[in-house]
Amino acid sequence: MEASKLPGFLLRRAVKAALVVLAIVVCNFLLVHAAPGDPASVIAGQSGAADAVFLEQLRKQFGLDQPLYVQLWIYLKSVLSLDLGFSHRQQASVAQLVLERLPATLLLTGAAFAFALAGGVTLGALAAQRVGRWADSIITVIALTFYATPLFWVGLMLVLVFSVWLEWLPSFGMSSVGVEMHGLEVVWDVAQHLLLPALTLGLFYLAVYARLTRATMLEVADQDFVKTARAKGVPEGRILRAHVLRNALLPVITFAGIQAGQLLGGSILVETVFAWPGIGRLAFEALLARDYPVLLGVFFCTSVMVVLFNLLTDMLYAIIDPRVEVAG
Amino acid sequence: MTVSRRGLLAATAAAPALMRVQDALAQGIAPRRGGTLTTILSPEPPVLQIGVNNQGPTLVAAGKIFQGLLTFSPTLEPIPVLAKSWTISPDGKEYVFKLQEGVKFHDGHPMTAEDVIFSIMKFHMEVAPRARAIFALIDKAEAPDPLTVRLTLKQPFQPFLLMFDNSACAIVPKHLFDGQDYRTAPAVQKPVGTGPFRFAEWQRGNFIRLERFADYWKPGQPYLDAIIYRIVPDSQSRRLAIETGQVLLTQGSDIEPFDVPALRSRPNLEVSTKGWEYFSPLAWIELNHRVKPLDDVRVRQAISMAIDRNFITQRLWFGVGKPATNPIASTTRFHDASAKIAGHDVKAAVALLDAAGLKPNAQGVRFTLKHLTLPYGEVWSRLAEYLKQSLRQVGIALELESTDAGSWARRVGAWEYDTTINFVYQFGDPTLGVERTYVSTNIQKVTFTNTGGYSNPKVDELFATARNAADPKDRQAAFSAVQKILCEEVPQIWLMEMAFPTIHDKKLRNAISTGLGVHASFDDVFLTA
Repeated sequence: MEASKLPGFLLRRAVKAALVVLAIVVCNFLLVHAAPGDPASVIAGQSGAADAVFLEQLRKQFGLDQPLYVQLWIYLKSVLSLDLGFSHRQQASVAQLVLERLPATLLLTGAAFAFALAGGVTLGALAAQRVGRWADSIITVIALTFYATPLFWVGLMLVLVFSVWLEWLPSFGMSSVGVEMHGLEVVWDVAQHLLLPALTLGLFYLAVYARLTRATMLEVADQDFVKTARAKGVPEGRILRAHVLRNALLPVITFAGIQAGQLLGGSILVETVFAWPGIGRLAFEALLARDYPVLLGVFFCTSVMVVLFNLLTDMLYAIIDPRVEVAG
Repeated sequence: MTVSRRGLLAATAAAPALMRVQDALAQGIAPRRGGTLTTILSPEPPVLQIGVNNQGPTLVAAGKIFQGLLTFSPTLEPIPVLAKSWTISPDGKEYVFKLQEGVKFHDGHPMTAEDVIFSIMKFHMEVAPRARAIFALIDKAEAPDPLTVRLTLKQPFQPFLLMFDNSACAIVPKHLFDGQDYRTAPAVQKPVGTGPFRFAEWQRGNFIRLERFADYWKPGQPYLDAIIYRIVPDSQSRRLAIETGQVLLTQGSDIEPFDVPALRSRPNLEVSTKGWEYFSPLAWIELNHRVKPLDDVRVRQAISMAIDRNFITQRLWFGVGKPATNPIASTTRFHDASAKIAGHDVKAAVALLDAAGLKPNAQGVRFTLKHLTLPYGEVWSRLAEYLKQSLRQVGIALELESTDAGSWARRVGAWEYDTTINFVYQFGDPTLGVERTYVSTNIQKVTFTNTGGYSNPKVDELFATARNAADPKDRQAAFSAVQKILCEEVPQIWLMEMAFPTIHDKKLRNAISTGLGVHASFDDVFLTA
């Protein structure tokens, strides 16, 4: 890739990305409002007592007494000025609510991502290197098992073994609450809480990466340039790393790009089972409560993230394989 | 005569609270200072300001931060809280409350009669629909001195005192709300009350931490240093949390009924269904009377007889709760045990449907109804499946529709359903919590009104008589008569007097000491060593 092409490419992609995000915002807004029920009726339903005045007060406060197109226009204006709005239900700004949850989500999904990618590529490479031998069979069986098992079940089983039977790890939450801790103690405490949910979330992707790496490595290993390298007398380890693995990584990167785009979205299932205070749950609970601004805020952040990671993936291709050119 | 009896009631009102401490001492357990109670809150409340939000979990956690003038024993006798004593005039129109001395809000401001009057006449009147309906009866609210509140009613209203529990009328600080929009005032985010615990920290989605209020007005109390509410959204994770001792207390619908038997058998845990007497939720199949043939009394009677309430209570709820016998729960005032709905009788149900002229088709189906499943957890889905099976036996086909809480509330509020399940708090007195479901003046497009659309002038008249009568005897006569009529007409199919399991470690003492159970302030709760 020539350095001179990059700024133009980035600019074109940024304009496209902005348009895509805007379209997503409008679609989200309409979809969310198409769901039956509104926040006022939810609150009335949960309060055990209500009257018409109460519903009217709430709808007015939430801005729901305006026609839908006016609400959409107000929302678009505020999003364009990077203001994600205000949750009347929770009496807090959406940006604050999302930012509060962001570190927990990034920690969980980031740990799961790193674990899955590193573990998956390593296992896949090991399996490809020992294809047809017992190590390959074991890795394949493990990968298939995690690929086919539902996440929540894995989570519950891990809790059963490590929290209930062995009593090694806590079964829920992100940290111990109400205990005085400092420095490394805090890190250790969070790490203990992180282990089970990160494993649960990571195991599925680990299986995907392992299978993908193994399959593409075997494909690449048969190609002429590998035979040439071998004929030249390049050491086997170097062939594997520099020739086979590097070429086999492209599909893995594609998939990792997709997964990375979802990092911000968190995982509703794992966050729920482990009571992890992340964004996935924030969005899910906002959906149940018809807390429109929060739901739209989360959607907005995740869509921006997906667009960003697509861009990043495209650029990574070019770095790993110089034959690939970036184009707007 | 009446004066002296009421005066006596006020004078002896302090007795239950004193007795609780004496009971504990008699058992040889002195309250111990210190320790943190870790428990669960689910679902997470949006805000912790009672009045602005009145959901179950809000009332549980904010019940430690705020206090009312009174609270109530399991038999619904008033217990003094912020009101030290009170008197009621012979004509039942004037209520005078003497306030406790030395009560401070968490920000150091003393609590006075001004705060009480502001809370009743302005704050709850504006934000809380339940309070608004009752407090509109107040003609005058005066503070003859900083520790006395005198309320004069336009007409006698016998259940009036029940409105002064914390869950109905929490006393809020006037200086933090007056002149602002009560729903958006900064104090809603950082609640300030007079309760034994002050708001310390809230990491959304994670936990709420309340800490001991050192200037609490009861000397030496509270005993606990802190209460931590963990937010745990999954019911199986909640069960594991109490089983493994990661939390010491669960409440409300934290634990699914089918998990209760396993927890009952654990030696370190205590399971109780007490502490819901004030609310006394009653569950029923809600019928939309606009949908034919539900307007036919024989059809409603048949549905009621086709259902085995013992099965529901024992097999679906595992003994948490008891079968309903009439529209007023047995723990609510004026329940008349002699008024009873007909028991489980499939044959009689079939005969009634035949008499109504609803002939079964080739598949044995007389008619089909839609049923909106209550989206509040697994047990309600199981109930819907049971109803489907038992109604099919008498030739009524039930088509189950699933939904989420938002859609459920909207559809019930808009009368867009054939049948669903509803459960409604009774708040101690039929005028406060039962009347609203049956009187034709309350047919509204709002949840928890008479959404079914039942209408009977005689029932309207009897509820009005009971509401306006000053003498409990007259009220009882009217309520007894209305219970008999309703048991004949079964406008809704009452299923169960609900209770929720409170499960706690035996180290935790006094978790349930009033008719409000875990909603109480917990100033007398302690952990044994």
